[in-house]
Amino acid sequence: MSEFTYYKNWQLMVDEENIVHLSIDKLDASTNVLSSDVMRELDLALAEIKATQPRGLLIDSAKSNGFIAGADVAEFKQIKTRDQAFEFIRYGQGILDKLEALPFPTVSLIDGFCVGGGLELALACRYRVATEDSRTRMGLPEVKLGIHPGFGGTMRLNRLIGGIAAMDLMLSGRTVQARKAKKLGMIDHLVPKRHLLTAGLNMIKDQPEQQKLSSLKALASNNSISRLMLARQFRKQVAKHAKQNQYPAPYALIDLWQNHVSSDSDMLTAEAESVAELVISDTSKNLVKVFFLQERMKALGIEKDYMTNKKNPGHIHVIGAGVMGGDIAAWCVVQGFTVTLQDQKPELIAPALKRAKKLFTRKFKQKHLLMSAFDRLHPDHNGLGIEKADIVIEAIVEDIDIKQDLYKAIEPRLKADAILATNTSSIELEALSSCLKNPQRLVGIHFFNPIPKMQLVEVVSGENTEQKTIDRAITFVRRIDRLPLPVKSSPGFLVNRILMPYLLEAVELLVEGNSAETIDQAATDFGMPMGPITLADTVGLDICLSVATILGEKMHISVPEKLQQMVKQNRLGKKNRKGFYDYDDKGNPIKTPGNIKERPTALLADRMVLRILNESMACLREGIVEDTELLDAGMVFGTGFAPFTGGPMNYLNHRGREATLQRLKDLEETHGSRFKPDPAW
Amino acid sequence: MKKMSGHSVFVVDGSRSPYLKSTSPKHAMLASELAIKSAYPLLARQPFSPEELDEVILGCTMAGPDEANIARVVSLRLGCGKNVPAWTVQRNCGSGMQALDSAARNIASGRADLIMAGGAESMSHGPLLFPPNMTDWLGNLAKAKTPQAKAKILASFKPANLKPIIGLLRGLTDPTVGLNMGHTAEILADKFTISRQEMDEFAVASHQKLLAAHEAGRLSEIETIYDWEGHVYHHDEGARADSSVGRLAKLKPVFDKKFGMVTPGNSSQITDGAAWLMLASESAVKKHQLNVMGRITDCEWAGNEPREMGLGPVHASTPLLQRNKLNLDSIDFIELNEAFAAQVIGCCRAWASDDYCKTELGLKSAFGEVDPSKLNVDGGAISVGHPVGSSGARIVLHLLHTLEQRNATSGLATLCIGGGQGGAMLVERS
Repeated sequence: MSEFTYYKNWQLMVDEENIVHLSIDKLDASTNVLSSDVMRELDLALAEIKATQPRGLLIDSAKSNGFIAGADVAEFKQIKTRDQAFEFIRYGQGILDKLEALPFPTVSLIDGFCVGGGLELALACRYRVATEDSRTRMGLPEVKLGIHPGFGGTMRLNRLIGGIAAMDLMLSGRTVQARKAKKLGMIDHLVPKRHLLTAGLNMIKDQPEQQKLSSLKALASNNSISRLMLARQFRKQVAKHAKQNQYPAPYALIDLWQNHVSSDSDMLTAEAESVAELVISDTSKNLVKVFFLQERMKALGIEKDYMTNKKNPGHIHVIGAGVMGGDIAAWCVVQGFTVTLQDQKPELIAPALKRAKKLFTRKFKQKHLLMSAFDRLHPDHNGLGIEKADIVIEAIVEDIDIKQDLYKAIEPRLKADAILATNTSSIELEALSSCLKNPQRLVGIHFFNPIPKMQLVEVVSGENTEQKTIDRAITFVRRIDRLPLPVKSSPGFLVNRILMPYLLEAVELLVEGNSAETIDQAATDFGMPMGPITLADTVGLDICLSVATILGEKMHISVPEKLQQMVKQNRLGKKNRKGFYDYDDKGNPIKTPGNIKERPTALLADRMVLRILNESMACLREGIVEDTELLDAGMVFGTGFAPFTGGPMNYLNHRGREATLQRLKDLEETHGSRFKPDPAW
Repeated sequence: MKKMSGHSVFVVDGSRSPYLKSTSPKHAMLASELAIKSAYPLLARQPFSPEELDEVILGCTMAGPDEANIARVVSLRLGCGKNVPAWTVQRNCGSGMQALDSAARNIASGRADLIMAGGAESMSHGPLLFPPNMTDWLGNLAKAKTPQAKAKILASFKPANLKPIIGLLRGLTDPTVGLNMGHTAEILADKFTISRQEMDEFAVASHQKLLAAHEAGRLSEIETIYDWEGHVYHHDEGARADSSVGRLAKLKPVFDKKFGMVTPGNSSQITDGAAWLMLASESAVKKHQLNVMGRITDCEWAGNEPREMGLGPVHASTPLLQRNKLNLDSIDFIELNEAFAAQVIGCCRAWASDDYCKTELGLKSAFGEVDPSKLNVDGGAISVGHPVGSSGARIVLHLLHTLEQRNATSGLATLCIGGGQGGAMLVERS
């Protein structure tokens, strides 16, 4: 037996059967990432291992939360030039090439996440074994950071599972559960955790043949004609969600894949060149910024011991089984909570159960997990859950009197340390809590619709809300895997308040004679996920009007006549199939492309976007959120504000504050006081 | 059997599902689902946690393939925790009452303080079985190694192999005498000269009593339950406001098809449902300050002639009442499960008959008359339905509610059991 060098980030040992066990354990970090330090040590370790001529090599993680989360994104910020980036990527590629070329069998043992560079490392091993735990997920999500895989992943995943599946994973950036990864051919064995090591040792001893692509998949992936045809399809698919000038990475990935059919080594060089270009682009820099905004919100759950029991994290009681209440209940169940769902009579709860079933069947493919989800959601028309709940979430009609009557009735029944949370979107907490004996326990937990899709949740604190309640509410939001945004109670909180002037401006533009299609196009050209007219229709024009009226009164904004007319004419939007657009049977808007006479002008977009920026300034001045970063985070994750810009304030910085202010002043002159720059400018 | 002795057994609460008309297995709920949905509110309103139960006992005769020891499946899914033991009992139509008796005895003996016991059945999910020929054929096919051998087995297939065995029908047939339960009712009709008119009148009354109870709000034992398709179930589905002797007269006999009198109209309805009671010792009542509905004071099981299984209640109830110094007059209310109108009427006739009581019960003369105004006051299985394993628990639960609603003190719940048995339970409210 040989003694190995000591490494800071890797543990090395050799067993009696001369099999080397290499465990990644990044120093001073809770999660393994492939920082340059970790990579340099891997290089040295591999050389040392090779020299001992072992029977085989097993690579696993010494951390219980997962395998490897990918590259060290923090290091991206240090990359200044294309050449510097290229050099680092080539270095990393070289290390994984050496891993792949080892003359003995190598196996990755994967338990927990294995994404980005982590998966690329696993792909460079001869075999992969993964646990069937639902935490074990794999993927190459680099596009979400404005780049694509750079450590040989584009070449090796394509080689392993074929171009169609590989490109689908890389272009979408989604991760898949181990079960799905096995189906796709990414791993050799799917095992319970207790067999992980045994399976790895067996693979080294047996050295089974490596998985091969079926001839059909190989045909589709490995000749220039099929790649040419498929690449066209991929571009079409990508264009539906991302424009090339805003999100160049997926397009670069498709080019790379299309152009390198025959030589693996050429493809690696091209991969490095492509990523080096991408990683220094503004888009990537902004998306990295958004990534860290997300990390910052994820780190907000500070009540370490609150709701940590994995088997039974807590009891949530939701009052109001409408779309929001029902979906909040179902989402909490998906995240492991036991939920009682109350409304005035059973018939009001039943539809929410039907919707929950749809969500559960999508989320849980294994029968016993699905059954367990059903068993955690209890319709509760008698409100028996109130006494048992750790958090009571109120999601009833936006009427202060009705809400207060409810609070008064339930307050004496709450557990001593229970939190009372409201999903109100417009009523201030101070007003609501005035009826409570203990107003400190009321906090806003404001979800966005549709809940399974919208990651952001505003955690609203009123003047009376006690810090412990806020901390717990934030922690709860993390426990249900949403992103908490702490905001101060004021009309519309952050997201709706900033969104409303933008929607109202869109209506003004409509009144001025622009077609709905043109206005929407201007917004989506800017990078919004959905045009404002479509958005208003989707939210419901009656709801828009009601929120606009409440906000308008307090913020002295006039509500366009047009919006009131629409509601009077019972044109309520998507829900009754007629709003600004008409809707087909499936609920899709019937748009007339001919209504867009010419490409919308920059002025059109500016009028809408500048109202967002102006309102953002006002919110910062009033301290609705703590800082510009959280404001950007709120707008990106709460409204989908063009992520490649890094959020409204980041966009403003790029665009230039002075120039933007001048533009605002010009607009004020031509269109009136609604463009009056906020004093904060 | 001897009188139950030991600690007092208190019933502190109970609940049941609405009894739902049997439908296709695709749409009907499983016995476990009915049990869970009706038990959840019962557990949720207790001041103690489900994990504090000493055990869960459930009666069920036809648990499904995913419901082996259905009591344990239900207990775990209800959140009673992995440390609460649970077991399933089977005594055909007496299963639900058997669960209560088993629970009561464990509390009386001091072995337990808190037990949730009841019965559940989904008649809709009665099994459909392959006949033995088909099972053999499938087994041989699986064993065949070569393609030739496989082909040979495939060729030996006979269409008759596909004729399924309907588990529900077989389950309701006594293999020792070769009679379906309906036939045993026909035998009683003949033995006690019960007319078709009498049976149909009895059935109509059952519907009317159930509807009146519903109107008057006497069925508070029912918990509204939900499915996952957006439906809500509030009430028993068997009740028919339009039932009349004229209408029932048009129905054809189903067992003795040509000359018989037992029709679907004067038999219990095939339904799905579950019922639960919460049983507690005196110390549990004090510890958790539980509200007492009444006490289970004694229980009796008796065997009788399988061909006359419907008279089981007479055989079980008579010694039970006698050893407790009670009789048909002194008891306040009686729930006698309505398996068949002929069978309930038969029981009353048997009790009133010198001849039957002398020869079968060893009495000197007739045991007595049953006052119709104290029998099944809010209807019975003919209108409510009869999910076999559940009914025994339902009649005890409803009897306790009846005693409370009518401010009475003593009640008898009794039922006949396929195979020739009777079960009877005494409850008391102070």
